[in-house]
Amino acid sequence: MEKSEKKALQIQAAKIRKDILTAVFSAKSGHPGGSLSAADILTYLYFKEMNVDPSNPKMEDRDRLVLSKGHVTPALYSTLAEKGFFAVEELKKFRQPGSFLQGHPDMKGVPGVDMSTGSLGLGISAACGMAIAAKKAGKKYHIYAIIGDGESEEGQVWEAAMFAAHYKLDNLIVFLDCNGLQIDGSTNDVIGPMPFDKKFEAFNFNVITIDGHDFDQIEAAINKAKVSDNKPTVIIAKTIKGKGVSYMENNVSWHGSAPNEEQYNIGITELDAYLKELEG
Amino acid sequence: MAKATREAYGEALVELAAQYDFLVMDADLSKATKTDIFNKAYPDRFIECGIAEGNMMSVAAGIATTGMPVFASTFAAFAAGRAFDSVRNSIGYPHLNVKIGATHAGISVGEDGATHQCNEDIALMRTIPGMVVINPCDEVEAKAAVKAALLHNGPVYLRFGRLGVPTLMDESSYKFELGKGVVLADGKDAVIFSTGLLTSRAMEAREMLLKEGIDAAVVNIHTIKPIDEKLIIEYAKKTGAVVTAEEHNIIGGLGGAVCEVLAENCPVPVSRVGVNDVFGKSGPALKLLDIFGLNASNIAENVKKVISRK
Repeated sequence: MEKSEKKALQIQAAKIRKDILTAVFSAKSGHPGGSLSAADILTYLYFKEMNVDPSNPKMEDRDRLVLSKGHVTPALYSTLAEKGFFAVEELKKFRQPGSFLQGHPDMKGVPGVDMSTGSLGLGISAACGMAIAAKKAGKKYHIYAIIGDGESEEGQVWEAAMFAAHYKLDNLIVFLDCNGLQIDGSTNDVIGPMPFDKKFEAFNFNVITIDGHDFDQIEAAINKAKVSDNKPTVIIAKTIKGKGVSYMENNVSWHGSAPNEEQYNIGITELDAYLKELEG
Repeated sequence: MAKATREAYGEALVELAAQYDFLVMDADLSKATKTDIFNKAYPDRFIECGIAEGNMMSVAAGIATTGMPVFASTFAAFAAGRAFDSVRNSIGYPHLNVKIGATHAGISVGEDGATHQCNEDIALMRTIPGMVVINPCDEVEAKAAVKAALLHNGPVYLRFGRLGVPTLMDESSYKFELGKGVVLADGKDAVIFSTGLLTSRAMEAREMLLKEGIDAAVVNIHTIKPIDEKLIIEYAKKTGAVVTAEEHNIIGGLGGAVCEVLAENCPVPVSRVGVNDVFGKSGPALKLLDIFGLNASNIAENVKKVISRK
């Protein structure tokens, strides 16, 4: 990837991270940790990869994204707002009565949201449904799903994996946002669903492991996935929960809590400094 | 003639496929749910999901987002029970165009026993906002219900039985209207609101009561949600005594739904015939229906009881 292009994506991701903090701070609730870990993947998908049109969110042959780890709506909503699906100002009403920005993705209310999700493990199945429907209709679009490592403790994830491989859904690209933490502690300590690569290989997936904050690696993985004939792909993205905000990084207490005003200001200051450095 | 409504389900899917575009899914029970005949006729439009009902429901939802209607088929115990979360969140919440074909509902599953005799599905499904719940009484009504479900834009739960049931409706003249009850027999002393296989038994009960000089109306409620409030209120007012009859727990099913309507509009004495909040057991279907009181004589007894409370 060109240096200038990469820098543009990094700048966009930093803006999205600021939006994430603002949304969660305004709502006084939400899930900043996993939102920040998934921010680079979403940035890449919406600003480089996916064929979507903010002025026509329901465009028939668009690429689709299912946020299976639905609690990280701040990341999805911020990305969609930055992309132009709705005004960035709306993020300040996140989770409030009267706002269309529900706590978990609502496809009926939010332009650009392709599937309602929230109960874990269901979104990847829905993505399989979109993928098999595309195949049957002879459509060429791709379906992206973002699942969590903690989420992968849900049995339905593996039901969906079996389905995707059986029906050779090579138009399905699953990102496993592997940040290593879930509500009750480290994913390893809670129940230990790893190793993911061996499990997905056994389920007959094309498996690619990357640094989920490196745009070059994200790009290479997607390009590889797109030429994977007859196999669905899982991209195991190693990420840092809370990425970009120093006191949130790798700190499980930021899974589902909002910063106070002081903490919010510190986070914004840090991200502004990073933006300044990038824009330098 | 006695045919199971599940057979009508499979046949209806094949008949409708010539005219309408949709997919059919099953979870390793296609021989029992009768979608196997659809698979034979339209293999490209059939999706086998294996024994993974939650996944099937969410996959169905994903398919529906692309504009393609889909029928997801399995036993009621797994469709409404096991897969409830997927049905609620993937299909119900986004109000997607998925039709759930649930067979083997109720006690009449027979020998498989309590785990497979789903007497909770109507209650579960009618609490999901926007979900239409249909429980046809015979093959004619079942076929018409499948078509009505397909033409309705939104999620529909279709409840079918394993056991052959008498055909009550005349195929050439029967008109199925979603959300409308069907008056099978008029009467002045009491009204029996029945659904599913209990409707033919309600008709038998009416005959038994006529011999004793009691004139009971029979109203078949095929759509439990949205329920025909107008007709229920009309017949409750006209007769002043109500019996409900269903192959479902008396809690949360037709009985519960009718009581909700009556309590808020015209309270009259009600007696509910159904499974009395107990689990089922193994045995031949017809014997079980008697053991659990899901028969004409028990309905007739309840009519007399409710008339005495007028």
